Amino acid sequence: MFGTYLRRELIGRRKQTVIIAIGMALAIALVIIVNSVAAGVKSAQAEVLQSVYGVGTDITVSEAAAAPTPGEGGPGQDFAFGSGDGTTTDGTTTVNQARLTADRGTATFDASALDTVTGVDNVAAASATLSLSNTTFTGELPDFSQAQGDGAAGGAPAAGGTAPQGGPDGAGGSSFGVDSFTVLGLDPSGDAVGPLSAVTLDDGRTLTADDAGTDVAVLDASYASGAGIATGDTIEIAGTPFTVVGTVAASGAEATTASNAYIPLDVAQSLSGLDGQISDVYVQANSSTDISQIQADIEAALPDTTVSTQEDLASTVSGSLASAATLVTNLGTWLSGIVLVAAFLIAILFTISGVTRRTREFGTLKAIGWSNTRIVGQVAGESVVQSLIGGVVGVAVGLVGVLVVNLIAPTLSAAATTTAAGGAFGPGGAAPGGTDDLPAGAADGAQAIAGGFGGAQAAATTDVVLQAPVTLWIIVIAVGIAIVGGLLAGAIGGWRASHLRPAEALRSVA
Amino acid sequence: MYTLTALSKHYQQSKRRITALDGVDLDIPDGQLVAIQGPTGGGKSTLLQMLGALDRPSSGSISLGDDDLGALTQAKLGRIRAKEIGFVFQGFNLIPTLSAQENVETALVPLGTPPAERETRARAALASVGLAERGGHLPSELSGGQQQRVAIARALVKEPEVLLADEPTGNLDEETRDEIMDLLEGLWRERGLTVVIVTHDTAVAKRAERRLHITNGKLRDVTKGR
Repeated sequence: MFGTYLRRELIGRRKQTVIIAIGMALAIALVIIVNSVAAGVKSAQAEVLQSVYGVGTDITVSEAAAAPTPGEGGPGQDFAFGSGDGTTTDGTTTVNQARLTADRGTATFDASALDTVTGVDNVAAASATLSLSNTTFTGELPDFSQAQGDGAAGGAPAAGGTAPQGGPDGAGGSSFGVDSFTVLGLDPSGDAVGPLSAVTLDDGRTLTADDAGTDVAVLDASYASGAGIATGDTIEIAGTPFTVVGTVAASGAEATTASNAYIPLDVAQSLSGLDGQISDVYVQANSSTDISQIQADIEAALPDTTVSTQEDLASTVSGSLASAATLVTNLGTWLSGIVLVAAFLIAILFTISGVTRRTREFGTLKAIGWSNTRIVGQVAGESVVQSLIGGVVGVAVGLVGVLVVNLIAPTLSAAATTTAAGGAFGPGGAAPGGTDDLPAGAADGAQAIAGGFGGAQAAATTDVVLQAPVTLWIIVIAVGIAIVGGLLAGAIGGWRASHLRPAEALRSVA
Repeated sequence: MYTLTALSKHYQQSKRRITALDGVDLDIPDGQLVAIQGPTGGGKSTLLQMLGALDRPSSGSISLGDDDLGALTQAKLGRIRAKEIGFVFQGFNLIPTLSAQENVETALVPLGTPPAERETRARAALASVGLAERGGHLPSELSGGQQQRVAIARALVKEPEVLLADEPTGNLDEETRDEIMDLLEGLWRERGLTVVIVTHDTAVAKRAERRLHITNGKLRDVTKGR
């Protein structure tokens, strides 16, 4: 009788059934679409992060850099030339100097931290890197020797003196150029976790354990292409020629990898004067459930470091992907929440309205001996089935919506930064030392480049095609929500029906 | 069967206290056909609801057999209604979305009767009221008289001891009224039921074995010879 009565009621009161089902279907469809898109955005963020931190990296360990003091030069990024530096040809002196220094905004710490991290429980793998910046200064200056004897020290040529001749324009002028690219020192044998674990080999080979201590480099394919460097060529890093053994590319269509150049860690430490120092440790956990424990243990063991999980790192992703994430998180979640509440309210109000209209019916059933439990069950059953119909339709509509999203496949651009501090250029500062050796009239400014580049550095930019995955869990949860909505509406409607006193129910319609 | 002693029922309407039944004393023996008449608002329906275990008295007592209806829980009253009392209403009160057969079966649901037996008994009940061929029809597809026959079949399918009818012919024309009364009288004689009919219609009341009149909550026995 329960099934027959239920079926007849749903068919007989078709309008109510359809309205409740439509409301629930809309809510469920939105929940599925929002969840799927959110999962797609999360997956895209993970893809971007993988291009920076590598596949399987669950945690990164770094140390916050101290803010630069105004007026001070950047750490080792000042260029100073003595009077004998450079080569002079036809009245033009050419100077060239390269420095390999830690990125502005990147702090280095003792490499023993890697052993500490490796010793933490449930750490599957860990590798250390040293994030550096190679800056090359080149300049062409006039021959100051003519002015040196007549001019006042440190100033313009004295009256009656001879102005310097030569230079790039042949009239005593100067020109300077600064070129910079990022260099990442890493353990050449550690390919399980770290920046190179996510890249694909574009040409040549990647670094191997045998490369330790040798001057070989692997370049980012985009950078190599832009700089006109191919496998087998050489690239100067800190004035040292490195043989390019291969090029690597990120997985995204138009993407760059975490750094422009990759060299063995020990060589990077030696050339930068940062022996025994690292800037990041990449950690892979045994299981995703271990991440919190590992994070806590590393924070306890290395209190000065910043320990970031993938979730923390997701906040470093910027671009339209970040906008999509914000949109899904804020608007999508709120919208589906509001529609869900509205659907629940519609179901509840229609159920209550239905119970009110059926007062005489329930009064009669009570009069012939139906128990409250049976009447509540009947009302709840009808409500749950109405919501379930909506749930099934909603799942279908939601899947179609997800299919449409996947067919459109919007491309989102994203950039992830490995460091957060600094701006485009850091504060300039006076060149410490060496100026006395400079020719008079040239000391203040031109030949002493200090300060340098700021720390905010886009380590990887990627165009990600958004694909919204649908999991069985999303469908189960959606149907579960429909059942809960039906039960809630049924419980409230049933409670109202069960509180009708049969005599009053019959009297009210007499 | 029924014993009512000093039975009173009061309702509170805003600040006004309304007395629907005022110290009613009544005995209804097994197998009696009783008609209750009286003006609108006189207390007829309230008395019928007391007899049907649908409401509780404000004071006094009412018992059906050994059961004190004023002292039982709602669940026990529900079981008594399900098993011992059949109801027939003026507006038929059939479930509009269920067929005649299914409407009759609803009376057997609270008794836990198996579906196959429910179907058999409901079909027999419909046959006993002359609607054997109409079991598959919805109430909206039946005439008023046919709907009341379905309601009577629903009341009798569980083989109750008491049949309570509230204006059972109030919505019917004279010809149909007589048919329904013939049916009720026949069933009463055939099954030995106790039947209580509330009616405005003197023609209906005259067919009863015993006639009661209720005005302002006070009951009088107006049966000839009493």
